[in-house]
Amino acid sequence: MGARGRLSAPAQCGRWPEGARGCTRCLQPAAVRVMEGSTGPGVRIREGDCAVLKRDEVFKAVPILKRRKVIFEKQWFYLDNAIGHIYGTTFEVTSGGSLQPKKEMEEPTTETKEAGTDNRNIVDDGKSQKLTHDDIKALKDKGIKGQEIVQQLIENSTTFRDKTEFAQDKYIKKKKKKYEAVITIVKPSTRILSTMYYAREPGKINHLRYDTLAQMLTLGNIRAGNKMIVMETCAGLVLGAVMERMGGYGSIIQMYPQGGPVRAATSSFGFPASFFNSLYEFPLSKVDSLLSGTFSIETLPSESEDNIPAEEESNGSLDEKPASIQETEEESTTEAAMESNQTEEQETMDLAAEDTENKESKEKGNKENIREKQRKQQERRKKLAEAAALLKEKNADGLIVAGRFHPTPLLLSLLEFVAPSRPFVVYCQYKEPLLECYTKLREKGGVINLKLSETWLRNYQVLPDRSHPKLTMSGGGGYLLSGITVAMDKGKSDAGSLEAEKTEEPTSKKRKLEELHS
Amino acid sequence: MSFVEYGDTIQEGDTAIVFLGHESMFPVKVQHGSKTQTKYGVIRHSTDLIGKKYGSKVTCSKGGWVVILHPTPELWTMNLPHRTQILYSTDISLITMMLELKPGSIVCESGTGSGSLSHAIIRTVAPTGHLYTVEFHQQRAEKAVEEFREHKVEHLVTVKNQDVCKNGFGVSNVADAVFLDIPSPWEAIGHAKSALKVEGGRFCSFSPCIEQVQRTCLALEEHGFTEINTLEILLRVYNVRTISLQIPDLGKAAEDNSNPGFDSSNQANQGVLCGSQQQGTIQFKSGVPLREMVGHTGYLTFATKSLL
Repeated sequence: MGARGRLSAPAQCGRWPEGARGCTRCLQPAAVRVMEGSTGPGVRIREGDCAVLKRDEVFKAVPILKRRKVIFEKQWFYLDNAIGHIYGTTFEVTSGGSLQPKKEMEEPTTETKEAGTDNRNIVDDGKSQKLTHDDIKALKDKGIKGQEIVQQLIENSTTFRDKTEFAQDKYIKKKKKKYEAVITIVKPSTRILSTMYYAREPGKINHLRYDTLAQMLTLGNIRAGNKMIVMETCAGLVLGAVMERMGGYGSIIQMYPQGGPVRAATSSFGFPASFFNSLYEFPLSKVDSLLSGTFSIETLPSESEDNIPAEEESNGSLDEKPASIQETEEESTTEAAMESNQTEEQETMDLAAEDTENKESKEKGNKENIREKQRKQQERRKKLAEAAALLKEKNADGLIVAGRFHPTPLLLSLLEFVAPSRPFVVYCQYKEPLLECYTKLREKGGVINLKLSETWLRNYQVLPDRSHPKLTMSGGGGYLLSGITVAMDKGKSDAGSLEAEKTEEPTSKKRKLEELHS
Repeated sequence: MSFVEYGDTIQEGDTAIVFLGHESMFPVKVQHGSKTQTKYGVIRHSTDLIGKKYGSKVTCSKGGWVVILHPTPELWTMNLPHRTQILYSTDISLITMMLELKPGSIVCESGTGSGSLSHAIIRTVAPTGHLYTVEFHQQRAEKAVEEFREHKVEHLVTVKNQDVCKNGFGVSNVADAVFLDIPSPWEAIGHAKSALKVEGGRFCSFSPCIEQVQRTCLALEEHGFTEINTLEILLRVYNVRTISLQIPDLGKAAEDNSNPGFDSSNQANQGVLCGSQQQGTIQFKSGVPLREMVGHTGYLTFATKSLL
């Protein structure tokens, strides 16, 4: 989807019409709708794209690179053959490790299958499948297709015909899932990446469940043209989600703690380079000085490690320092272990490339190197000054906070940069810090419509005569505190208490509650 | 101001939100010469509103004050005039993300209803996207057109007064996403599929009853949709309250107030022992759930259209 919408040329008045209807100024009608056919941008898989591999409910973000081995769901393969196909295409992994588009198979005709009525006579002794592990392995080695293997398993199961139709259905689905390994390549999006992170590495994103993230984006009125302040320690996922909803319009200032802004997840979105022109970063450690008016570019150490976005250094690797210090449980699944192996391998390959590059540049001349470094430093300082200027205007259109830090000090200072009548949303994995935040905000004043909430999400299995909520459910997805800023009165303390009065429950109700609880 | 762009000052023609306190607010059309009655007195648009900054306090004739807020689709959803049952921001948030909506997206929606979701979609797809919304009730369709015009977003939306199950959305192969909130969504799946782009897109159907969901899922499968997934989302709100619980009197064991049986030095819950001669109380902050919460709005069924 081009940033200019559906039309490929400006109207006769020179304006780029909004939407698909033609120009509302000179009334030039829209050109014949340019349908993004199969050759349109973003429709086909290209080398260098950021894509996501999908198998059933499991996702993995990968760059489309040639001659690069990828491991996903216990399979090794190369992505080369995928290039040129349309996103959404499903592939099979051949024995050689290459991808082949899955041909649409004819489903075996559903003749009236033999089936039982219930399981009263079915004994689970583990002996009903006549094929052994070795037999199945032999079939796989022969290159027999998954569908055929499933057929073999059914024929060699003594209890299959005694199962009920539903049980047979469930059995077939289970075997298909295991043996008919198909991979779909899809485009990254907030939906896919937030689901992926929550399932694979929730620790990296402070256990922010995807529906909670969805609430934040809507409650925060994230949209094109805003000037947003984002403070997150969720590997850059929240930042990416905000960027996606802003479509490259407007500006974002990412506040970052010691160590620099983390944008590993952000790069998985595959945004065009132009999106990053209006993305700024600013160190939290300088917020106080900015607010008190003592900030100046000169006070920054010239080789400040802080100012180098972590993205440059950790080349897309997911092995960063743990997101939450207090978490003692480690999410260690075999997938994660396999993935870290793969990223290590990728890293060594990357480092190898870097090494040769370094050697070459050293040979070319150190002078060029130094000049390049200085130029980059100048650029960074320039951008930092721009970020400071943007913040000092104190007219941001919103604030999003989602991190491992205690939210109260963050909110109390960062809200200073937000214009009145703008929404803000704070995410916290735990409820208690938000209770305190709420109280402190009430005391300070300048906010209304404070709301502390969480969302409850439930998945359903919908099949004829077999519809019910699914077996497992997420226990919790974190909490949100949201509100709207208002202009602070000169008589600050007055405004604070008056607003508290306005937004607390009416006194009669309050007394009743206290009676109930005491 | 506009529903798709922030402005700093209140202007004539704006739809502003008057906030009275504690979830009490209402929308107002700003016009020279108009007056708005509130429980705190009269607000005279010409003197009290026009030219003032959004977010500032306005004192009313009786002396009380209100805050004037910039409209957002979320505030609109909480305050719009209901012509039908509407979708609230909780469901809207999930729909927006799961349909992968963003600036430039083309979306088809039916039924328009009271325009709650429509406003949210328009906000998200602006400035380069478009919403095609279909409503089979003539008056509701006309009211929607009127509202979009009043809110200065008519260039981003096309309203069609027809039956989506019979005549579809009026466009083909242009949509990135289709949304259905109608009594018989399974009858519109075919039309949804043809409205979506050739290379694919996202689909969502909202239905209160599980029977509707079952029929819809079957129809989606028959039409070759993938990633069919049904879920529901509910909002739990907490009130922040300082609670005082009394320490029970367990007898005359000790005369001094350091009750031996009860570890009053336990600050685990950030409790604060309030001194009092006869009984002490412990105070703590709590997020107290509301007495009642919304238990069900509808089931959301999502699916993907793609070329195999």
